[in-house]
Amino acid sequence: MIDVNLNALLREYRSNPYEEYRVETPHTGIISFKVRAGEEVKGPSGQWMERPGSMLFTLEREKNLKEIRAEQDGKISYLREELEGSFVEAREHVVTIRHRLDKEEIINKILKRVLAVFPAPETARYYLAPELEALREQKKEISVKPGDEILVMSLMKRDTSIRYDGPPGIAYRVYFHSGDMVLQGEPLIGVARAEDMDLIQKIIQRIRSEWED
Amino acid sequence: MVDARKTLAQLSDRIAYLGDIKQDPGWKGLSELSQRLQEIKEAFYDIPEPKLVKELERIEDRLRFLEDRAAEHITPMERVNIVRSIYRFTLIDILENVYDSYTELGGEGECNVDPAVVVARAVISRRVKNKVYTHQVMVIGHEKGRGEEFRNGGSAKPWGNEKALRYMKVAETEGIPIHFYIFTPGAYPIEDFPGAAQQIARNLYVMARLKVPMISFISEGGSGGAEAIGLSDLRLMASHGYYSVISPEGAAAIEGKIREGKSVPRELITLCAEQLSMTAMDNLRLGTIDRIVQEPPLGARRDDYPFFKRLCYEMIRATDEVVLKTKGFRAFRAYVLMRQKEEGKGVSDEFDALIKWNLTGAEKERLLELRSQKYRQMGLGFFKERRPLIPAISMAKKAISRGYYELRYGMLKHHKRNVKKLLEDVSSEGSAMLKTFTEPVLSAYDFVFPEPKRPRRLERADQPVERSIFIQEWEPYISPLSNEDRTVSCPNASKYGCIDLWVPDLYGEFAGVCPSCGHHFPLEYQWYMNNLFDRGSVHEFNQHIASTNPLKFKGFDARLKAAVKKTKKYSAMVTFDAQVFGIKVVVAMLIGSFRSGTVGAAEGEKFVRACDRAKMTRRPLLSYVHTTGGIRIHEGTLGVVQMPKCTVAVREYIDSGGLYIVVYDNNSYAGPVASFLGCSPYQFAIRSSRIGFAGPRVIRETTGQHVPPDYHSAKNALKRGHIQGIWDRRMLKKNLFEALLSMGGPKLYYR
Repeated sequence: MIDVNLNALLREYRSNPYEEYRVETPHTGIISFKVRAGEEVKGPSGQWMERPGSMLFTLEREKNLKEIRAEQDGKISYLREELEGSFVEAREHVVTIRHRLDKEEIINKILKRVLAVFPAPETARYYLAPELEALREQKKEISVKPGDEILVMSLMKRDTSIRYDGPPGIAYRVYFHSGDMVLQGEPLIGVARAEDMDLIQKIIQRIRSEWED
Repeated sequence: MVDARKTLAQLSDRIAYLGDIKQDPGWKGLSELSQRLQEIKEAFYDIPEPKLVKELERIEDRLRFLEDRAAEHITPMERVNIVRSIYRFTLIDILENVYDSYTELGGEGECNVDPAVVVARAVISRRVKNKVYTHQVMVIGHEKGRGEEFRNGGSAKPWGNEKALRYMKVAETEGIPIHFYIFTPGAYPIEDFPGAAQQIARNLYVMARLKVPMISFISEGGSGGAEAIGLSDLRLMASHGYYSVISPEGAAAIEGKIREGKSVPRELITLCAEQLSMTAMDNLRLGTIDRIVQEPPLGARRDDYPFFKRLCYEMIRATDEVVLKTKGFRAFRAYVLMRQKEEGKGVSDEFDALIKWNLTGAEKERLLELRSQKYRQMGLGFFKERRPLIPAISMAKKAISRGYYELRYGMLKHHKRNVKKLLEDVSSEGSAMLKTFTEPVLSAYDFVFPEPKRPRRLERADQPVERSIFIQEWEPYISPLSNEDRTVSCPNASKYGCIDLWVPDLYGEFAGVCPSCGHHFPLEYQWYMNNLFDRGSVHEFNQHIASTNPLKFKGFDARLKAAVKKTKKYSAMVTFDAQVFGIKVVVAMLIGSFRSGTVGAAEGEKFVRACDRAKMTRRPLLSYVHTTGGIRIHEGTLGVVQMPKCTVAVREYIDSGGLYIVVYDNNSYAGPVASFLGCSPYQFAIRSSRIGFAGPRVIRETTGQHVPPDYHSAKNALKRGHIQGIWDRRMLKKNLFEALLSMGGPKLYYR
């Protein structure tokens, strides 16, 4: 059985239900801000994320005006206003968006602590093994045990099978889409032991009923 | 009391109908009448009968007065409201009241391939000298329904139009006429196979040469959706119907540049309805319909039985006329004279003669010829054309070139082929002795009529055979877009990590293609004219045919002038002779810089003439679509009829043995794709282009569905089977050359 103090976790998130997103300049250029400190911004929206987020600033390099847009909803908590109209270096931290976590994000965060997370061994493209992908499409339960080939890692035009080496259980969360580029150490799947499933359901239900967006 | 209740219900409907027409339930006291009726309804059994009857008569008198006032002047927008009213007759009413009996095909009611399209095998009868004669017909039309959601208000889905096409072919097999009834606000704009635009194009292509008489009746003719079953031998239109290139609301949103989700001012909608020339009288004046079927003063409703009698009479009369026209002029003239005497009279109960509607082989050919003439005439006189200084010289030049090509590819070729075939047959079957006789004859024949040299596969006309076509040096035309010292970002940069591109590199060496992801940045049409065709081979023709403002659309003259000034062209269609690695082709190019490549009367006429030129010179025809935004709304139905007109010309060209290739670039939408472009058996797209029937906004507004951002991408069009391949711009010339050779066969021209 997993040992989790849900009350403590919830208290922790309630005391600070925010996450801060640092926005850096992708390259050098002359910066011109389009937001002010304290302003609410919106991230990409629409069914296919086809509507871009609010414009944060423009960066002009070689007469190419590039629009940098918010990737998350939130409030501008930090803004380097003194840089307005000046030349900035690449990777300069210029904006921070304070994003309030919603119910689903809290669930995901808590589940990442509760589930046995299988991280990406390399920065590469990952695919779920075909038989597991079929189960996922049919929305069926995916059971895994150590030694199972669960993933295909595609790196430098070579496909390598990845064997699972965590505790046996059910892949409760798959954190990527087949073919996605995943950074090293980022979670790929979250596995729950069969006996923990009820507890996990309880955790989710409790957060859904108690957390207020 | 029963009669009183019936009168009450009828009055209630009439008040609602008048409110619908005026789009104002309270127009000139209508709401008071309605309220009074409601009171009577509630206290129906409490009011003594004589008082009730008197009260109802009073209300009816008042209502009749209001109806008369309303009928005195009906605005175009009110006609649109009449057509959209739920009280208006629909196809089912016609099938019930105009035809003796009918059997619905391809589904019934909700259980249907597409409930918006109804197909029925029906029987229509006429009385001649007190004897009843019946005719079998195929009825195809839109069913708007009476508020049923599954009917989609008569918006045919692509598979609905496919069903219509299937039964058109059945009618052709059976040799029975087709009666089309158009009740559609427009086609349902989805790209799922067979695709809205592509299916309409296929329908038009088949209808252009369908060997049975076809009559269409338009009540609500919404642009491309109407054309899907509108290419007929005689077009009738309801006097209160509308036939338009776009809905007044759509036109107003475009003209007023109204943002999505914002309401369009009512005055602007009314103004657009007036300017679009969408009424029956306007269409008759423009020559886009042949005859008007008179309706009651405020339009026919579901229970207007005298109107159905008239419609039955008009449909029979129209079918007779089409059939008689194929039987030679004398018979037709006699018939017309006879009918002219009857014009203006009421509907006769009896017909003078029984005319059989089946056609013989020669009559079918004549039917197709007349159909072709009819559509080729449409839109003539609604564009400007510079007259030749000496018409006789121009005519003589045309006659000489026609004679030359006829002689070269017609008589001589035919004769030569026959002689050669005979000699080859004899030599192959004969003995060596015969060969000794035939060989010198063949050699002598080849000497007299030498075989013109044709480039073979992987062989360029201007270079020796052993050299690869891939070593052609790049043509020196560089886009003027490259004359800017700046960088641009690829739209796929966030997805593929493309680096910023220096403009002179991008539009120069890279030919507007991102070297990282292959995204194609738009280029001007001149780039293609200079780089796609052999140097110095482009010779434009008909460049003086100019677009005009035939409907006197407010403010359009200035916009047209600005387009001419900007592009130095007089229309969006550029037609020219050119060569691709030595292969002579006729090209029709729609350019995006002139009114977004929209098609009007001038563009259609230029395209038809390009088809005829390709047919005469026996050359492949290439349609390169730089960009097209559809039919030009400012030309109303004159633009819409370019769809059947151009498709008829293309069909005749292909039937005569021509090779027709379409290449889409940038954005290609609506009418042209749904007609003369979409009907090509060989359609290709340049990478990063978008092809479809309606843009995402129109889809959202008409269907309420959101579509993914890549819904119209060339890749998805390929997946749906709308196009046959995607070409890289840098390889366009080579791909086109390959296509011309592989699809054109050894003679580059079928049969």
